[in-house]
Amino acid sequence: MSGKLKVHVDQDKCQGHARCKSLAPELFELDRFGNAHEIGDGTVPAGLEDKAWLAQANCPEIAIEVTEE
Amino acid sequence: MSDHAPVTDWVHDFDHTDPRWTENPFPIWEELRATSPVVHTERFLGCYLPTTYEAVKQISYDTEHFSSRRIIVRDMRPETIPAPPITSDPPEHKPAKQLLLPPFTPDAVKKLEPRVRAICNELIDEFIEDEGCDVAARYAKHIPVRTIAHMLGIPESDSDLFINWIHEILELGIKDQAVLSKAVQELGLYFVGHIEHRKKHPTDDLISTLMNARYKNGQPLSDAHVQGSLRLLLIAGIDTTWSAIGASLWHLAKTPADRERLVAEPELLPSAVEEFLRAYSPVTMAREVMKETVISGCPVRPGNMVLLSFPAANRDPAVFPDADKVVIDRKQNPHAAFGLGIHRCVGSNLARMEMTVAIEEWLKRIPQFRLDPAGKVTWSEGTVRGPRQLPVLFGKSS
Repeated sequence: MSGKLKVHVDQDKCQGHARCKSLAPELFELDRFGNAHEIGDGTVPAGLEDKAWLAQANCPEIAIEVTEE
Repeated sequence: MSDHAPVTDWVHDFDHTDPRWTENPFPIWEELRATSPVVHTERFLGCYLPTTYEAVKQISYDTEHFSSRRIIVRDMRPETIPAPPITSDPPEHKPAKQLLLPPFTPDAVKKLEPRVRAICNELIDEFIEDEGCDVAARYAKHIPVRTIAHMLGIPESDSDLFINWIHEILELGIKDQAVLSKAVQELGLYFVGHIEHRKKHPTDDLISTLMNARYKNGQPLSDAHVQGSLRLLLIAGIDTTWSAIGASLWHLAKTPADRERLVAEPELLPSAVEEFLRAYSPVTMAREVMKETVISGCPVRPGNMVLLSFPAANRDPAVFPDADKVVIDRKQNPHAAFGLGIHRCVGSNLARMEMTVAIEEWLKRIPQFRLDPAGKVTWSEGTVRGPRQLPVLFGKSS
């Protein structure tokens, strides 16, 4: 668990369920259609790793990628 | 109106309007899922039922073999009734859906929250002095219809009209084409009146928003498209959320431990709402098979409908451990209550907000309540499942 996490929302898969935004508002934002995007370059600040995994686990479209650098 | 013969063989002859399915579908789905990921019935002029999360997902994502032009399984196949975008397939679907999305984002529906909170409290005021009430008929039923009327800019006092049309379209209309046609026509005429009025007197409600919407090429929507989308918003936004609120309060009435925990730990409400949506998903959609294909190893042939049971998918133990248990702090819950793929419910954020506010306000004012042992809980039939009578008593049992 040493590497930094990054999140990314696959725009071909996201359907705007908005579960990620609700569970991890620090990491995701919604556009005007309600589809989700990672905030900034998706780098997960220290201490928010659990929220990144939680958002991924609750996305019904499996649209969230979490990568470890 | 045709009555259906009782089901004796669920695997080869299922019927989602059978009273046993209406009363308690969960053991039926379990039996079917243990048999096959897809089962078939000759009823409804031929219909498949995917029983696993995986099969439901495959069909939801496959717009090539499955069309949304018919989204309700009925005894007959009447002419299609367009209600874009829910009845649209690609490529028409995306532009029609994008027009509807902005008014339904979480931020947009947040603006309606004070009105919803007020509606809930006005309703509770009417019965809080009594010893109990019918939660379905006096509370849950009225919240979504008044909210959507408020959004559309039509009188909240017309609520009973809408509820009646929806009952005729979604329930009675499964078996009776005459009732279905009459309700669709009346609902259409109702909206024509409101559209015509706004041509001379523009407003800032959702009807005007739709009338003023433009496609990317600058074209306005036809009156028929506006009418179809209004039909969708009204039908889809009312007894679905009514059912979700009712089922949540039904669970809390019969499960004191969960009720007490939610009162003590209100921060659990968001995860509890997701769990109620999973365990008691109200909405079952449908597709029409257009081309032959294979789903989870089962051949599927054109001419048949598909009963797309998101509620059954959400009880699949392959995806949800302890699927038949309601766990209000469930951590991993990627449920499909609002559908999967391009037809994700446009009103999901509105429904969640209404459920959250309705449960929150109820628990604030009526933290203790229980099922009335002298009353009977009844459930709606067919496409949308939720309690229609839910008698409870207030306070601790003596």
